[in-house]
Amino acid sequence: MDAKRAIELAIIANKVRKHALEGVYTAQAGHPGGSLSIADVLTYLYFEVMNVNAENPKDPDRDRFVLSKGHTAPALYGTLAEKGFFPVEDCKTFRNINSYLQGHPDMNKVPGVDMSTGSLGQGVCAAGGMAIAAKIDNKDYRVYSILGDGELEEGQVWEQAMFAPHYKLDNLTIFVDNNGLQIDGDITEVMNPKPIDKKFEAFGWNVVLADAHDFNSLEAAVNAAKACKDKPTAVIMKSVKGKNVSFMENQAGWHGVAPNEEQYNKAIAELDAKIAELEASL
Amino acid sequence: MAKQATRVSYGEALVKYGKDEKIVVLDADLSKSTKTDMFKQVYPERFVNCGIAEADMMCVAAGLAACGKIAFASTFAMFAAGRAYEQIRNSIGYTKLNVKIGATHAGISVGEDGASHQCLEDIALMRTIPGMVIINPADDIEAQLAVKAAIDHDGPVYMRFGRLAVEDVNPADYKFELGKGVQLRDGKDVTLVATGLMVQEALKAADMLAADGIDARVINIHTIKPIDEEIITKAAKETGAIVTAEEHYIMGGLGSAVTEVVCANAPCPVKIIGTDRYGKSGKPSELFVEYGLTAENMAAQAKAVIALKK
Repeated sequence: MDAKRAIELAIIANKVRKHALEGVYTAQAGHPGGSLSIADVLTYLYFEVMNVNAENPKDPDRDRFVLSKGHTAPALYGTLAEKGFFPVEDCKTFRNINSYLQGHPDMNKVPGVDMSTGSLGQGVCAAGGMAIAAKIDNKDYRVYSILGDGELEEGQVWEQAMFAPHYKLDNLTIFVDNNGLQIDGDITEVMNPKPIDKKFEAFGWNVVLADAHDFNSLEAAVNAAKACKDKPTAVIMKSVKGKNVSFMENQAGWHGVAPNEEQYNKAIAELDAKIAELEASL
Repeated sequence: MAKQATRVSYGEALVKYGKDEKIVVLDADLSKSTKTDMFKQVYPERFVNCGIAEADMMCVAAGLAACGKIAFASTFAMFAAGRAYEQIRNSIGYTKLNVKIGATHAGISVGEDGASHQCLEDIALMRTIPGMVIINPADDIEAQLAVKAAIDHDGPVYMRFGRLAVEDVNPADYKFELGKGVQLRDGKDVTLVATGLMVQEALKAADMLAADGIDARVINIHTIKPIDEEIITKAAKETGAIVTAEEHYIMGGLGSAVTEVVCANAPCPVKIIGTDRYGKSGKPSELFVEYGLTAENMAAQAKAVIALKK
């Protein structure tokens, strides 16, 4: 990827992080850690990869995205807002009783959301349904989904892990946000899902390893997915929970807790500094 | 009189109305029993076997529907409403997606397989889901027309089919109307409200009661949700006593739905025939007797409820 484009994407991703935190801070509820860890991949998908149009969010030929780890809706809302599906100011209404921005994504309320999620394990299975719908209709749209690494503990993920290779759903690409932490702590201590790559390989997936915070690495992974015929692709992304907010990085405690005013101001200041630094380097 | 299991009607109707390219049928390794194999033979390109993975199947159906398909997800009632309840609630009900759940082998009439497979709570579970339509057809023609109605209805539908062959209770020119109860026989002393295979028993019970000089009305409720409030309220007002019958737990099924309507609109005594025990292995005909799902018990309960009238 052109170095300038990578910087532009990094700026957008940090704006997405800001919108996510604005929402969680205003609501005083939500999931900042895992939202910050997927901001880069969401930005990459929506701004570089997916054929989606904010003017026509229900286009039947569009690419689909399913946030299987639905609790990180703040990052999805921030991305959709930056992409123009709704005003960025609305991110501050997250979880408010009068807002359409529900605690977890609602396809009937939020423009650009392709599937309602929140109950872990279900989104990736719906993504498999969308992928097989494209196959039945001989359409060439692609389906993307992001799962948490803790989410892999849900049994139905592995039902879909059998389904997608069985039906050769090479139009399905899933990303595992491997930040290593879940609510109760380190994933290897709570219920070890490792080796994640070998498990998906054994189920018949094309497995690609990537750095969740490096756009060139994500680009290589998506290109590998598109080049692969007859197999779905699982991108196992090494990521940092709480990425780009120093005191939230690699802390399980920031899974589902809102920052107080001081913490929020510090987080926004750090992200603003990062954005200014990136803009200066353009 | 012809006899056919409603699950067979389900398979036949999927073939009959399955020409529409939007229709996709899913199953979880039970296509020979749910009869979706009939659809598979005609439209193999629109049949998706999900393997023994009901949670995945419900969500795959939701994903298909999100892409414009009318997805029929089929398995036994126990593994549809029971095992995959939360997938149905969150990925099909909450999303209002166009998924039709074809739940076969419902109720105690599963017979020999016993309690693990005799789903007696599916109506209760599905009734709690806002917007879910629940149809429990009584015979072949009603089951086939229910499938057609489900295709025409935009949104989630739960269809409850049986394993056991049942008698025809409706005429050949029967018109099915979603959400409307069917008065099969008029009467002024008591109303027998039944669903599914208990409708044939209700008609026999009415004959027994007639022999004892009791004039019983018989209503078939095929659509349990949304329930036909009008026909039930009218029956409560005009007959002043109701007996309901279903192969289901007493809690949360047809009886509960009828009582909710009666209590709100025209209070009168209601006896609910169902069970609060797990099922067990046995021949369906033996189980019906043991669990009180017979015309004889309906007639007895009708007399008991009439005695409660003021």
